[in-house]
Amino acid sequence: MEILKKGKGKLVGWHNPDEARRWVQENKSRELKDKTMSVKDAVSKFVSDGDFIASGGFGHTRVSMAIIYELIRQKRRNLTMAGKTAVHDIDILVGASCVNKVEAAYSFGHELRGLSPASRRKVESGQCKVIAEISNAAYQWRWLAGMMGIPFIPSRNLLGTDTGAYSSSIVVKDPFSGKPINLIPAAYPDAAFIHVHRCDIYGNSQIDGIIIEDFELSRCARRLIITTEEIVDDEFIRKEPWKTNIPFFVVDAVVKVPYGSHPAEMPGLYWFDEEHIAEWLKISRTQEGVEEYFRKYIFGVSNFEQYLELCGGKKKLEYLRKRAAYQEPMISFSYK
Amino acid sequence: MVTEINYSMRELLVCNGAKVLEDGKAVFVGTGLPMTATMLAQKTHAPRLLIVFEGGSLGPIMRELPISVADSRTFYRAIAASSMHDVMSLSQAGYVDYGFLGAAQMDMYGNINTTVIGNHELPKVRLPGSGGANDVGSFSDKLIYIIANQSKRTFVNKVDFLTTPGYLDGPGARERAGLPEGSGPYRVITQLAVYSFDEASKRLKILSLHPGVSLSQVQDSSGFEIIEPNKIETSYIPTEEDLRILRQEIDPSGMVLGK
Repeated sequence: MEILKKGKGKLVGWHNPDEARRWVQENKSRELKDKTMSVKDAVSKFVSDGDFIASGGFGHTRVSMAIIYELIRQKRRNLTMAGKTAVHDIDILVGASCVNKVEAAYSFGHELRGLSPASRRKVESGQCKVIAEISNAAYQWRWLAGMMGIPFIPSRNLLGTDTGAYSSSIVVKDPFSGKPINLIPAAYPDAAFIHVHRCDIYGNSQIDGIIIEDFELSRCARRLIITTEEIVDDEFIRKEPWKTNIPFFVVDAVVKVPYGSHPAEMPGLYWFDEEHIAEWLKISRTQEGVEEYFRKYIFGVSNFEQYLELCGGKKKLEYLRKRAAYQEPMISFSYK
Repeated sequence: MVTEINYSMRELLVCNGAKVLEDGKAVFVGTGLPMTATMLAQKTHAPRLLIVFEGGSLGPIMRELPISVADSRTFYRAIAASSMHDVMSLSQAGYVDYGFLGAAQMDMYGNINTTVIGNHELPKVRLPGSGGANDVGSFSDKLIYIIANQSKRTFVNKVDFLTTPGYLDGPGARERAGLPEGSGPYRVITQLAVYSFDEASKRLKILSLHPGVSLSQVQDSSGFEIIEPNKIETSYIPTEEDLRILRQEIDPSGMVLGK
C-alpha cells in the first residue's frame, strides 16, 4: 500500500500482533477462578510506574474512581494515559503528577462544567505532554483493532486535519477504492479499569445502559481491573447470558466498591455529586488547592469508604440515589 | 394586539439551530447549545427526529437536558443503549444526516479548532481536543455549528489547529483527502446571523440576519470576509411556545441557556 501521510504523534501501546497473541497465551488464564481482591492489592499487583493506562466509562459517567484514587495514594508515576473522553479521572491523575503523558481525544475539560484548571496548568507549563492527538472514534477503533488482534483499523476520520497530522495514524491509498484511507493503529493498554453494575467473583460483568467503549477496551487491555457495585452469584450471570458485556477470562481483578464511581454518576443507581465536582474545580484553581484536596480526600483516608464518609456519607449517598431514580421507570434493577 | 416577545441571545441561537433539523432524519449531537436545540426540535416540529449520541444512545425521546453526551439522560426512552463503536460505524456508513457541534474557532471554510490556542507544543490555552468532533465532522452528511460568540477572535482567517474538517482549503478538498463525498458544513448559527456555504467556493455565506443586526456588524465581527448574497432573510424569531418549552421543560435550571 502506498503511504500518503504519516502522523507525527507518538505511537503508544501498539504491539506486533504475534507478540500480542503470545502475551495473551502466556499471561491470560481461561481458568474459572476467584479474582476478588482489595483496591489496594489490585493496583499494586497490576499497575506499574511507566504503564500506559485507560479508564472506562465516559466523562463523569461510570468511572472506576476507586482505582483512580488508589493510583494517587500509591504514587504511581510516569503513566501515559489514554485521553479518551477522559474528564475527572485524567484531571486528578495529571493534577497528582501520576500521569505526565497523554494521547488526547478529549482531555483537560469537564464538558459543560468548564475547563480543568489542574491538568491544563500541567500541560500549559510543559509538565504534562500531549504526545499525540486523536478523536473519540479513532481511540475507540484503536481498542477494536487491539481486541481483534490486528495491527490497524481503516477509517475515514482524521483525514485532512491537524488532528490526523498529530496522531499516530498513517494515511495510505486504499487498494480497493484507490482513495486515501486512514489506518488507526491497534492499542493494548498495560492496564485498564472499568466500573460495572454487577459481576461474579470470576469477572463476568454486566453493565446497564450505554456501554460506550468498554466492550472493546475490556478485551484489548493486557490487565483489566473490574470494580463493581455488587458481586452476584455465577448462576445469576448464567441465567441471562445475553446480558454479559465482559467475559471472565479478560478480567484480572474483581473489586467490590459500592458507589465506586463517585463523584461520577452510575446510570440507574446514583447521580453526579455536583457538590464534590464543584469543590474540586474550585480548589484546583491553584496547585496548593490541588495538594490540599489530595491531603484531605486521598492521603487523609485509607480507603474508599472513608472517602465517601468525608463526602457526606450515608445522607449524601441516599440523596444521589434518589436523584438518579428520577429516570425511573426506564431503569429498574436490584440494588441492595 | 401584538406583544413584544423577550428572548435572550442564546435562546435565539437555539431556536434557529432547532429549525435546521428535519423530522424523520438523524442527527449526531454534541454537548451544550446543540443538544438544547436538538431537544427543542424534537419537542416541536420534529417529534420523530432520530437523535444519536456518541456514548451509544440511539433514538432517545429526551426529557431532561443532559450535561454530557454520555450521561444517563442521553438514553432516556431510547430505542437502544449501544456503544460508541456502533454509533460511529453507523455514521461512517451514512446513516447520519446531520452533525451538530459547538466550536471555539472557525475559518471561512468551516474548519474548526477545539484543540489549542497558540502552538501545539506549549499552548497558550489547551482546549479539550477533538472529542467526537473530528468524527462528526468527517462522517455527517450535513454539519451544523453553533458559535455563541462570533468575533474576530472566533471567526479567524486561519485556525490555530485544524481539529475538525470543514471544506479544508476549498472545493473538492474533502474528497481529495478521502472524506465522504458530498459531506461537509451546511449551516453556522451565531449571535448575529445564520450562515450557509457558497456552492462554488465552499466559503461562508450569509443566509439570514437576526433582528436588529446589520451587515456591517456581521463583517466587523469576522476575521475574514463573509459572502453577501443579493437576498438576505431575517432569522427565525422564537415564539412564546418555543420559549416556554426551553425555559420550563428543557433547561429550567439555566444550565445551558443561563450562561
